[in-house]
Amino acid sequence: MNTPALALTPTEQRLLDEFQHGFPLEPRPYASIARQLGISETAVVETLRHLQAAGVVSRVGPVLHPNRIGASTLAAVAAPSARLETIAALVSEYPEVNHNYQREHHYNLWFVVTAPDRAHLGEVLADIRARSGLEVLDLPMLEDYFIDLGFRLQWT
Amino acid sequence: MDMNVTPHPALEDAVNRRLLQAVERGLPLVLQPYAHIGKQLGIGEDEVIARLQSLQEQGIIKRMGVVVRHRALGYRANGMVVWDVADDNVGATGCRLGAMPFVTLCYRRPRRLPDWPYNLFTMIHGRDRLQVLARVDQLLHSGGMQGCAHQVLFSQRCFKQNGARYTTLDTPREASS
Repeated sequence: MNTPALALTPTEQRLLDEFQHGFPLEPRPYASIARQLGISETAVVETLRHLQAAGVVSRVGPVLHPNRIGASTLAAVAAPSARLETIAALVSEYPEVNHNYQREHHYNLWFVVTAPDRAHLGEVLADIRARSGLEVLDLPMLEDYFIDLGFRLQWT
Repeated sequence: MDMNVTPHPALEDAVNRRLLQAVERGLPLVLQPYAHIGKQLGIGEDEVIARLQSLQEQGIIKRMGVVVRHRALGYRANGMVVWDVADDNVGATGCRLGAMPFVTLCYRRPRRLPDWPYNLFTMIHGRDRLQVLARVDQLLHSGGMQGCAHQVLFSQRCFKQNGARYTTLDTPREASS
């Protein structure tokens, strides 16, 4: 996490900025991107591979809407500082947990749990509660006000 | 909202489920990614495209494109700003904050009294903490949030970060990477 921000070429910046949504649904999507950037189709694919290997691009593809497919929730526990790492490792063990962050707060461990249905989700939370001995805040999303067009990057 | 989330009708279709499973970790970086996926699923390229189009129209796919990692790009600070907004005002407030260019998520969540009084969650990324705090100030002073009880929870350590995987959990369990 301490890698310095990469120096990106103007083309790489445009690739990151302009194609976070509206990815072409046509047989040769990278060709269509290539036309817009004025580079070759293979250069687009190679640049994306490079950015992925460098850790800048996580993937190219769909971002699924939370809760339209299965159930998910944001959960938090207040872990005593001496046990934080142990509790964090316990939480990360679950394949249903996809994000797990320490945050500066009395509730210091925040994690997202995703499962095919609410019952399964409840079992995971109950299991974490039982194994950690900590109360788990269960904060499912009730409404989403954000229109996700990707992340506006500011290069300056 | 219905907390016993029932699967969206489009997901009762086995091909759609397999398709989402095939793409949720990203499209292959090959010249014809949809043909490649179609081959895996035993359907045609045009059918893959049509199904993805329809899943997007139905809101199951929120967007399709390049998914960037903020940290690798130098956005080191990440503040989850939580607000205690009057219930009858939370919808209008959420829409307003969700439209601010530097707000990257905006959700209503339940309060859990007495431990947790906050019902509106916004995420703000910045190059450093000062930039995040300046943006919180901007919400307070020109975003109409003056006087609203709030807290900024900065992220410290990331213990795990994967894309959400909804579709693979009901097939044989796999360890996530």
